[in-house]
Amino acid sequence: MTQNSNITNIVIAGLGGQGVIRAANILAETAFRSGYDVKQGEIHGMSQRGGSVTSDVRFGKKVYSPMVPTGEADFVMVLHPSQEENNRYHTGAEGLFLSVSQFLKGGDDLADLDKDSDSPITERNCNVALLGVLSRHLPFDDAQWEAAIRNNLPEKAHQQNIDVFHYGQEIEAA
Amino acid sequence: MNNELTPRLISGNQAVAWAATHLGVSLGVGYPGTPSTEILENFSLLGGRAQWSPNEKVALEIGIGVAYGSARALVTMKHVGVNVAADPLFTVAYTGVRGGLVLVSADDPGMASSQNEQDNRRYAKAASVMMVEPSDPQEAYDFLFDAFALSETWNLPVLFRMTTRVCHSRGVVTPRAPKLPTKGPAFVRDMQAYVMIPGFARPAHRRMREKIAKIAQWNEDSDLNKIYEGDKSLGIITSSVAFVHAREAAPEARILKLGMTYPLPINLIREFAASVDRCLVIEENDPYLVESLRTEGIPCEGKAEMYRFDELNVQRVRRIIAGDTTPEKPLPKGKPPQLCKGCPHRMAFATMKKLDCIITGDIGCYTLSVLPPFETMDSCVCMGASITVGLGLRHALPDDEARRVVSVIGDSTFMHSGLTGVADMVYNPPKTGHVIIILDNGTTAMTGMQEHPGTGRSLDHTKTNQIVAEDVARSIGVNNVHVVENASAFNQVLRDSLAKDELTLIIFRKLCSLAAPKLRMYAEAAEEEE
Repeated sequence: MTQNSNITNIVIAGLGGQGVIRAANILAETAFRSGYDVKQGEIHGMSQRGGSVTSDVRFGKKVYSPMVPTGEADFVMVLHPSQEENNRYHTGAEGLFLSVSQFLKGGDDLADLDKDSDSPITERNCNVALLGVLSRHLPFDDAQWEAAIRNNLPEKAHQQNIDVFHYGQEIEAA
Repeated sequence: MNNELTPRLISGNQAVAWAATHLGVSLGVGYPGTPSTEILENFSLLGGRAQWSPNEKVALEIGIGVAYGSARALVTMKHVGVNVAADPLFTVAYTGVRGGLVLVSADDPGMASSQNEQDNRRYAKAASVMMVEPSDPQEAYDFLFDAFALSETWNLPVLFRMTTRVCHSRGVVTPRAPKLPTKGPAFVRDMQAYVMIPGFARPAHRRMREKIAKIAQWNEDSDLNKIYEGDKSLGIITSSVAFVHAREAAPEARILKLGMTYPLPINLIREFAASVDRCLVIEENDPYLVESLRTEGIPCEGKAEMYRFDELNVQRVRRIIAGDTTPEKPLPKGKPPQLCKGCPHRMAFATMKKLDCIITGDIGCYTLSVLPPFETMDSCVCMGASITVGLGLRHALPDDEARRVVSVIGDSTFMHSGLTGVADMVYNPPKTGHVIIILDNGTTAMTGMQEHPGTGRSLDHTKTNQIVAEDVARSIGVNNVHVVENASAFNQVLRDSLAKDELTLIIFRKLCSLAAPKLRMYAEAAEEEE
């Protein structure tokens, strides 16, 4: 929670094409379905071409600005190892910094995720797996998360993503 | 999106589209441009009739025709698009309309995806066109109802000014009951109103000024402007997205939020300013409000010049309130965008780099060739300027340098404003000839894969007439027109063309690699229609 407000601030960051906006859409919709006011900010356009992309999600009783105030994020969720350093400044004093790196056994090649047969996490679904980790810290029911995942992904991807979401939850609970 | 009337979490652009369906807008028309593009796409998905024009001037003129016919027109474009559409804008302010005409200008403070950060509030004042400014998706929805009501009440166009953070932010939007037009489209002859010869335009100008004066009076009590009560030690006058940052940065302040910012409710502002100890104006980019208030003799404090650049946020508004003008800490830079892996533009620029071309470029994905690893673009001014700036260089430079100049333009940009440049090239050929290269990737890629007249498909991707660039070039009088589809053919034909003092147009045709699967699917669907 930021100073003098009851707003929860989350920044999701990664590279264009990685599903940053989709992850933010799922998170924002989950908050909306759970009865909160929500604002979500993002930049389209040039940043789609493989460059850095961030999306801000803010929820609470009443949210005005769609942008997380600089350096006041309660949670930062980074989807690419190369994007960690340039996104650390978002994290507030008591904020939590989550990175896809926690799924990797060293290195920064997300394609390695696909090679690990012990884990259902892949380069494509690591955004939803990380939402599973994040969900342990947020006040939403699984039913709302699952509905939001379904609503933001094509039907054939539903079960796999719901499974990997719960897998992420279990990692964080362990 | 469906049409159910329950609250939903949507972007400002989607909110405008949703409101447009609830208002029975007859036609949505525009040219794609970040951050405005999704308005018409969503309007079409919701069942509205929407179409892309070749450019913004054409779009606004079509909208004017719709509104002359007593129907509702929604015209959308990015801020620089209004420059292209400025000619009709200034005169439709005189003629007025019989139906409803709302022009969305999507400004881009901070230039997330633009070549400048011009502040289009200036256009409202310059053209004397009513302006409303929503601050979030709910207001984008609500204010469109107000905008059409204003347009139809006063028979004048309305500028609906949004910004990137209003267009592309999502928020909860609660819809209202639809408010469809009460009268059907019809033509009513009124030459004195709509034929702007000087004899009719002189009284039209006076009529318009009289109306604007009445509207200013009306705006004094309008619900579009709101006062948020607070401690009178700090009063903030604000509008648009700057309001949401200000409200959060100073929740204890008394705030006057202006929803209609041209013509301004000067008495309301004057009373507000007098009611607070410190009167601070919080606005993005230009000091539009500050200048307007000072002209009226209302004492107020504006932001320091350093905050004129880039968009505002809560942090920056806190600094403005604190009068903090120490340099802002630079934020870590992310990875810049680049041409995608497998992008056909890559092959083209590798060749041009090898041939040491002087490249006058244009607006599109290919502008990214100015960044590493290519660093091969020497100018980019505005839509279409590749061809004409290239011609200027060809005219001015010594022959050996002039022969290195090539103009590079995309397929959608060519349809937008390349055609007149080709006409000039044929009419006023440079001594060394010239080479135009159309990088035809079959889509308006940069803004998110929109159709254009060269694709042969409408906004909704269904089949329509196709304009073939090479046929147009030949018929205009370009003698050497080549279509190539691979790098080696491009290399050969460009090398040959640069060695000749002739007029040449080369089309490098290869589908955008991101869009290719979808484009093939649309093409197949269009074949089946036949």
